[in-house]
Amino acid sequence: MTGTYLGMPAFPAFPAAAREAVRDEALRANLRHATHTIRDKRARAVAELADWDRLRAAGKAVKDHTLRHLDRYLLQLEAAVTAAGGTVHWAADADEANRIVTELVRATGEREVVKVKSMATQEIGLNEALEAAGIAAYETDLAELIVQLGHDRPSHILVPAIHRNRAEIRDIFRAEMAGWGRPAPEPLGDDPRELAEAARLHLREKFLRAKVAVSGANFMVAETGTMVVLESEGNGRMCLTLPETLISVVGIEKVVPTFRDLEIFLQTLPRSSTAERMNPYTTMWTGLGPSRGADGDGPTAFHLVLLDNGRTDTLADETGRQALRCIRCSACLNVCPVYERAGGHAYGSVYPGPIGAILSPQLRGTGSAIDASLPYASTLCGACYEVCPVAIDIPEVLVHLRERIAQGGPVTRAGVRVTLRPADGHTAERAAMRAARLLLDHPGALRAGERLLARARRLAPRRLPGAGRAWTDSRELPTVAAQSFRDWWARERSDPR
Amino acid sequence: MRAALFVTCVTDALYPRTGIAVVRLLERLGVGVDFPAAQSCCGQPQYNTGYRYETEPLMRRTARAFAGHEYVVTPSGSCAAMIREHYPRIGRKAAAEGRGSELAEAAAALAPRVYELTEFLVDVLGVTDVGAYFPHTVTYHPSCHGLRGLGLGDRPRRLLAAVKGLDLVELPGAEECCGFGGTFAVKNPDVSTAMGTDKITAAAGTGAQVLCGADNSCLAHLGGLLRRADSPLRTLHLAEILAATEEEPLT
Ligand code: SF4
Repeated sequence: MTGTYLGMPAFPAFPAAAREAVRDEALRANLRHATHTIRDKRARAVAELADWDRLRAAGKAVKDHTLRHLDRYLLQLEAAVTAAGGTVHWAADADEANRIVTELVRATGEREVVKVKSMATQEIGLNEALEAAGIAAYETDLAELIVQLGHDRPSHILVPAIHRNRAEIRDIFRAEMAGWGRPAPEPLGDDPRELAEAARLHLREKFLRAKVAVSGANFMVAETGTMVVLESEGNGRMCLTLPETLISVVGIEKVVPTFRDLEIFLQTLPRSSTAERMNPYTTMWTGLGPSRGADGDGPTAFHLVLLDNGRTDTLADETGRQALRCIRCSACLNVCPVYERAGGHAYGSVYPGPIGAILSPQLRGTGSAIDASLPYASTLCGACYEVCPVAIDIPEVLVHLRERIAQGGPVTRAGVRVTLRPADGHTAERAAMRAARLLLDHPGALRAGERLLARARRLAPRRLPGAGRAWTDSRELPTVAAQSFRDWWARERSDPR
Repeated sequence: MRAALFVTCVTDALYPRTGIAVVRLLERLGVGVDFPAAQSCCGQPQYNTGYRYETEPLMRRTARAFAGHEYVVTPSGSCAAMIREHYPRIGRKAAAEGRGSELAEAAAALAPRVYELTEFLVDVLGVTDVGAYFPHTVTYHPSCHGLRGLGLGDRPRRLLAAVKGLDLVELPGAEECCGFGGTFAVKNPDVSTAMGTDKITAAAGTGAQVLCGADNSCLAHLGGLLRRADSPLRTLHLAEILAATEEEPLT
């Protein structure tokens, strides 16, 4: 099985990657501070809306309806975008999408592009593909810029540099900005305003020079062909209006049927992601540039690349497809106790946290060590489901994917329905589960087993070998009772059976 | 009134005192208790780890064991959630896979009769003061399945607050998972331990003598960490506190 490329090379399985992060005290402190701050703010912003539950249900319903009729809405979208003067391209996977974008940039004769923060282009590794073709791609979102300058990987959907603190950011700016364009001002402190100003000056020169911009989109409206980008800094708006050519790479699941549907998401997305009542910069355009017409500025060419990259296969799975409802608000990351300790890099994908744990193994398949470990990177505590603005039952999908790994089952890969065999490396576990079930399904044997255990309780070792070591390395074992409840009942209530 | 006790496998083998406490408590409140010996594990560990097929026989057994009982009471939020939330799901999947409607029917018949202990006390019996006596400082950890799966809300806290002599102190970050998560505790031991350590640190910081919970598996994890750390804080299941009286104090 060939996995879909998700913008990152091979990674160690989650438990090993998380072990490093858990030991990194500074990282844990950065993450803890950032996620707790935003989660508290989000809770307050959501509590302000009396109809939150209805908005959440409506968002879920719109997304489900769209996914059920995705073929129809995509064709409608294509027709609308084309009618408005844009050009639509279809990309089955990352390679195809990268090739299309590279050729479109080459055709303009330009050697550099400015970028609006976009998960889809990260997912396909577009920056690397452009670089290989001799084209420089400049990230303009502040956090993305920090990641790019730091030769780093993003670790959060909304705040890709969440794992960095201010002092680290200042050092990165000082060391790297000059190599990419305008150097950092001297002296540079680590005050957020100073850092933002340094980024602003550095980026301004890029905005004014750029002829080509690459973006994603948060939503695409099928009936009108309108693209919608939500951002907080205004940098995206510069990219979307100043250059001559605009290329948007968007996952096919981002379409919504009508303009009216946006009403729901323009309320739920900002509150869930940045805890803002209203999104600071919402840019919409239909076909050619946002201000095409009146004064003739804005891009003169618009290309939309519709990206599949495993999405149609995911859609074929009845339980798993709900992951495609995701609007990338990152609320699930910010409440996840596992994400908070393990950090985003441990998830081995541009999609970290709970949504990453269910999205990556579906888009890429469960063939690699990291993808087979992701569905187990959760305690199933349910906090992610509770905050998700489109009510994705992440714990349900996690269990469903665990089943696929442990027990095998039907999946669709590249449009073909295949039956996966149980994954390697689960043989011992499978045998143990089966043995446990046989014992548990025979209460007579269970009772005898409990008695044996009770008799051997004095011999219980402080540290267990094998898989049990993972427990006893850090925790004492529970003490086995001298008499099971079952035996107590039989003796006390003389109801032997 | 009679109720059947679903003691759960963990409580049966490792924490029989919790089961005994439930029996004493319910009988004190005038409820006759049955213990169908054919019961076993609800299948939660198997299901949550991805072994749905291994879960099915246990589900069948559980449904059969409690077939004649109007009220099934269990001192575990996660096992109650397993039966109420996941049994119907497993039944539907079996039916969709062409293995008949028997499991779905068994789930539909059992699920609405299953109550987590605090639900049974507050909703069915209509009591919050169960006449308990426990003169200690207690903090309460609401386990995830009780909190989010079943929506137990403040039922456990109301029951604790009504206990004579008990001083209930708030646990900071109470709603956060303790890091047990069944096989998560061994598959991701580092993250699990980090989460549990934060939980016991918060609990110790309250100055409480007892960390109370309503799910013995979470308590096994937290208790194991506390004992490894030689902490004086001890874990106790809610049922054991509610069963304690002035005449028969907890030993
Ligand atoms: S899964 Fe839900 S909470 Fe998580 S990023 Fe997507 S929409 Fe937001």
